Amino acid sequence: MSTTTVAHHDEYADHPNGIMRWLTTTNHKDIGTMYLTFSLIMFLVGGSMILGIRAELFQPGLQLMNPDFFNQLIGVHALIMIFAALMPAATGFANWMIPLQIGAPDMALPRLNNWGFWLLPPSAILLTLPFTLALFGIGDGALATGWTFYPPLSIQGGIGVDFAIFAVHLLGISSVLGSINIIVTLFNMRAPGMTLMKMPMFAWGWLITAFLLIATIPVLAGAVTMLLTDRHFGTHFFDAAGGGDPIMFQHLFWFFGHPEVYILLLPVWGFIPQILQTFSRKPMYGYKAQVYSLIAIGAMSIIVWAHHFFTAGMPVPALLYFMYSTMAISLPLAVLFFCWIKTMWRGSMSFETPMLFTVGWIILFGIGGLTGLVLADVAADAQYHNSYFVVAHFHYTLFAGGIMGIMAGVYYWLPKMTGHMYNEKLGQLHFWLTAISFNLTFIPQFFLGLAGMPRRIPDYALQFAEFNMISSISAFVLGLSQLIFVYNIISTARGGKKATDQVWEGAEGLEWTLSSPPPYHSFSEQPTVK
Amino acid sequence: MLKQAMKKIGFGLLLLLTAPLALAEFRWNFPEPVTPMALDTLHVHNKFMLIVAVIFVVVLAIMIYSLIKHRKSIGHQAVADKAPSTATEIFWTLIPFVILLVIDFVIMGIPAYHSVIMMEDTRNESDMVVKVTGSQWRWQYEYMGNTDKGSEDGLIDAKGIKFVSNLSTPQDQVNGTAPPVDTPDSPYLLDVDNRLVLPVGAKVRILMTSTDVLHNWWVPQFGSSRVAVPGFIRETWVQVDKAGTYRGQCKELCGKGHGYMPVVVDALPKEEYAAWVALKKNEINEQAAGADKEWTKDELMEQGKVVYEKNCAVCHQVTGAGLPPAFPALTGSKITTSPIFDANGKYLPDSHMDRVLNGVRVMPAWKAILNDSEIAAVITYERNALGNSVGDVIQPAQVKAARQ
Repeated sequence: MSTTTVAHHDEYADHPNGIMRWLTTTNHKDIGTMYLTFSLIMFLVGGSMILGIRAELFQPGLQLMNPDFFNQLIGVHALIMIFAALMPAATGFANWMIPLQIGAPDMALPRLNNWGFWLLPPSAILLTLPFTLALFGIGDGALATGWTFYPPLSIQGGIGVDFAIFAVHLLGISSVLGSINIIVTLFNMRAPGMTLMKMPMFAWGWLITAFLLIATIPVLAGAVTMLLTDRHFGTHFFDAAGGGDPIMFQHLFWFFGHPEVYILLLPVWGFIPQILQTFSRKPMYGYKAQVYSLIAIGAMSIIVWAHHFFTAGMPVPALLYFMYSTMAISLPLAVLFFCWIKTMWRGSMSFETPMLFTVGWIILFGIGGLTGLVLADVAADAQYHNSYFVVAHFHYTLFAGGIMGIMAGVYYWLPKMTGHMYNEKLGQLHFWLTAISFNLTFIPQFFLGLAGMPRRIPDYALQFAEFNMISSISAFVLGLSQLIFVYNIISTARGGKKATDQVWEGAEGLEWTLSSPPPYHSFSEQPTVK
Repeated sequence: MLKQAMKKIGFGLLLLLTAPLALAEFRWNFPEPVTPMALDTLHVHNKFMLIVAVIFVVVLAIMIYSLIKHRKSIGHQAVADKAPSTATEIFWTLIPFVILLVIDFVIMGIPAYHSVIMMEDTRNESDMVVKVTGSQWRWQYEYMGNTDKGSEDGLIDAKGIKFVSNLSTPQDQVNGTAPPVDTPDSPYLLDVDNRLVLPVGAKVRILMTSTDVLHNWWVPQFGSSRVAVPGFIRETWVQVDKAGTYRGQCKELCGKGHGYMPVVVDALPKEEYAAWVALKKNEINEQAAGADKEWTKDELMEQGKVVYEKNCAVCHQVTGAGLPPAFPALTGSKITTSPIFDANGKYLPDSHMDRVLNGVRVMPAWKAILNDSEIAAVITYERNALGNSVGDVIQPAQVKAARQ
């Protein structure tokens, strides 16, 4: 043991090994890996919760759980999926790829980066602990208010609401820290010659996301803190009896909540064109148009929040303003869609798993976006609002548009991260199972919503039985097929066919000039960009 | 010959495609609209859906064409996109921009504008006013009376009628201990004991509020959905143009009973509506008389059981076992077994009477919901059944006194 084994004392030996490497690391790739692993675990946790819901909704009548437990499941499922699965996945990619793509040795603020990550596990515990304890009969469980915390219901709730409020605080701090780090990195650490308008699309997506996070997370933190003081310190922010207004909470919440949708999607809109150009073997079309569209969407996302509660009561001019401004987002979004399709047009396309996920993503996210356009209409929204139509719509944007995009990114960069090729056959199987079962899960929910089934009900009228059954069966297929994904990732990380540096025939960009996997400290010499 | 056969096949296919749509319209689209607002909503929805479907299909077709024709595996070589001239670029940016602008703000925007104006027009030309109050987990309806227009139109004035509407599906089905049963008159989870009754053809202004948390009064066939906010009044309106029974549900997550808060509305022709109003007013008079008389214990126990199972059993269970910790057991509870009145006949604070009248934490104040005889009956029942046997009897007069 004491013999000198380090003949070539290079950067590989500069860090502690074993568990201490992961606990103390400030390395962007290690932290990125931890973010991604955390996200995958929470994706499975949140997914199992919703399978509990779908099992209960498999047929009419209450079979498995009482309504209160059902409400806890839906709330915790949403919070976990949004804050603990999707957001950390995007941050994980940012940590891994942004320094590689812009030719930086690491993130600008590595210790902040470490802290940003280590806030996540405690908040995940805060989110799930009351729920887990309730399973063993201790306490009254997690928040049963849905992820939106609407008062006065959340003021009635038990200690689970306080747990969720603190979890949101921690997750918010983590996101803001991550955002500051990304902004500083992008502004200060780009390789010589890489102007902002030469920056990779993914970096642009994240830059705008980071600004949105910094602008909106404090509003959410403020809103839930007001809720906390209403619950315990006798304030009446949201209580009419003391001069407050429950609807004010909805304004504050959705001032964060609507941009949040774009916070989840903008990073994906960043790397989707990169994947498209790789597998079309042709540079992305309309780089500038896409950048300006991303900026426009980011800016518009914070002025449309009230379309989430049209039915809560608003003056007519406000209704019209929020309707028209919401519809206007379709303009820059359409520009993005046309650029993506033009990138593929007359390319030389091949369909490896990342490309399959990307093409599927464009189609399914298109459905999510178009149904969103319809939802903007105030009058029709009276019908859609809080019905299963909305559930289907936002799963098309957040599962198809968010998670399937993330999966495309995982397959695209996994060989670069691990140095091994994943199993292509399993990847393709995973795609087809996911795409088909996803549609079979959520298309019936559009019809359920139109026919009049409200969301968040534990039991339903018999006329809704068939569609719910189809939806439940498909949801289980969807859930189980994610195990293929997990297996594929683990086996790729453990070994397999060596990946080349470029990995994909059409891949271009600084990250593909490094070895696979990249050295512990990415660029020992700063590259220059022409 | 071939042409005719093709025609027949084509016609058959068309029938096959449209038949399920026509037969089961309810399942694939909004349920049949019965108010002007719902009709308008359906038109707007159909129009928008058609537009987005066309956009989707066109874009998808272009994309699929490219996916098939521009594959590497059939040897297609990537064609470099040449930088377009400024004029071309401006042209190709402006054209889609204008198309989308027209779709968004003209084709979709103008009808949407009119729908909003119509939807929010709650006061003009209304015939009568009904107040809807959401409570965990039941609706309360109160007829606030006719407007001048309603009286001119000869509508009978229902002012003063006020009742609570509870889910009427048996508790054992709701709890999952018995299988769900659907009958045409009483569909599972969609039926109530007291329905809101409205006259056909009258424009009814609906005022909405709540006693505890947010609720949303929603009948899909009316196209109206409004959040009931505690401490505030929200408005909407309905004008049912077709007699019938219409069902909906609460649409805003309002706690554990959220799925068990149906809305049922009977729309009756004007004469039948007048008869219903007369009947209901008669009932109110009888109840007022009943509050003044002395009831026997058996009468109270009998009515108390009905009131208990309708209103209290949801939380405290049919057996009185409760759902701790939020809803304590009534069996053997300090509240249900300790005395209600002090030596002077005044009711004690924190007594059984106090709890039922004024509520506590998540339990509502029942004095706003039940009348004197109902409260007297249910307290008597809770003290002498559910495993309790205190033996005392509460009279409606005592409740009436306690209210003051």
